[in-house]
Amino acid sequence: MSDAPQRFLVAADSRLRFAPHVKFRHDETRGRWVVLAPERLLLPDDLAVEILKLVDGALSVGGIVDDLARRFDAPREVIATDVTAMLQDLVDKGVLAA
Amino acid sequence: MSDRTPEIGPPLALLAELTHRCPLRCPYCSNPLELERAGAELDLESWRRVLSEAAALGVLQVHFSGGEPLVRRDLAALVRHAASVGLYSNLITSGVLLDRARLAELVEAGLEHVQLSFQDTLPESADRIAGLADAHRKKLSAAALVREAGLPLTVNAVMHRQNLERLPAMIDLALALGAKRLEVAHVQYYGWALANRRALLPTAEQLERATTAVEEARARLKGVLTIDYVVPDYYARRPKACMGGWGRQFLNVSPAGKVLPCHAAESLPGFDFPSVRGSSLDEIWYRSDAFNRFRGTAWMPEPCQSCERREIDWGGCRCQAFALTGDAGRTDPACALAPDRALLDHARDDAAAPEGDFVYRQIGAMATATAGCT
Repeated sequence: MSDAPQRFLVAADSRLRFAPHVKFRHDETRGRWVVLAPERLLLPDDLAVEILKLVDGALSVGGIVDDLARRFDAPREVIATDVTAMLQDLVDKGVLAA
Repeated sequence: MSDRTPEIGPPLALLAELTHRCPLRCPYCSNPLELERAGAELDLESWRRVLSEAAALGVLQVHFSGGEPLVRRDLAALVRHAASVGLYSNLITSGVLLDRARLAELVEAGLEHVQLSFQDTLPESADRIAGLADAHRKKLSAAALVREAGLPLTVNAVMHRQNLERLPAMIDLALALGAKRLEVAHVQYYGWALANRRALLPTAEQLERATTAVEEARARLKGVLTIDYVVPDYYARRPKACMGGWGRQFLNVSPAGKVLPCHAAESLPGFDFPSVRGSSLDEIWYRSDAFNRFRGTAWMPEPCQSCERREIDWGGCRCQAFALTGDAGRTDPACALAPDRALLDHARDDAAAPEGDFVYRQIGAMATATAGCT
């Protein structure tokens, strides 16, 4: 089946957004950010929250890495590896989409 | 009401069982044997208050369930209210009552996701299990409507001895329907399903083939279809963390307004489950005896008490412990270390015996079902 859905592989030029019907919002009761998705609830840690705040459908993955490397003063390659792995996992889970 | 347990955080999700009415008669229904009649159901205003209280308590997601929630004509009003107080709405449905107009109304009200149940991939078998003619065809068209409306779809496949061979076909069906998730739900044996255990419990060989099929499909479909799958209790070595632990993450409101730590808890004796008619959700969650009874680890007997997994599986399922041993405070026999483990071994031997007839779920059939339990 050529029209079968394929896994999307995250690359430096990918522009990701939250999948339809996925909500990333601040929860006042817990005082933390949460991701609400079908049958899923994620409580991202502080670093994941910083990454997710940059996911807007416009900024590329490379752009997200540049931003974080600047702000956190860490080697770009290390950040690129970690960020890409996290974003790929969220794409695989259907939380983010291209 | 006892003192508040300080380390307990707010609940994550509310299971709103709007009704026990349902056109299907599945012999493994998770509703209690004693089904509520329509006249006992909470009205729209009471449910609105429950949703508001849940959101204020810190609940993030609401699962509208039943019975069949679409039986309630005011479902869209409830979804709208849930959205207005910031709750993420899931609909858990059989799909047989879903049509285009009804779905449009729900989408407009703010519904985020639909979980649709399937009984089998073969129409005649699916309809026999559901106890309803033409159910399977209606479910297929409901799935198409959900995808047309742009809502994410989860296929919930209830699997057991009479359909487990077709798990690979179920995976193909979920893909063909455009689902992003497939929840392979092995039947859990209390209530109606316990009455039908001889007809439903899979054999070890069936289960092994199913597990292999899931592992293969997960690798092949990574990023395309997420498959939720847990080895069923009767073949597991350790119990599941039922509801993520008693009173830790979930609260369930029954059609008549009883607040329960899980949908099956009403079967437990010696409890006076509080009602939303008399108390607030906040009071019930933090202070009621029912929610505090099996919270944490202090209540646990050995071997749970000294087990390194006591805060992983939380002693397993209280309802299963009661259903099998007669004591809700015992270790879940699903654990290989449980003193009552032999009870599951006997049941597995039964899986090799011929299938019996189903006791179909219906309002007023409790006496028959209880008799089938022995």
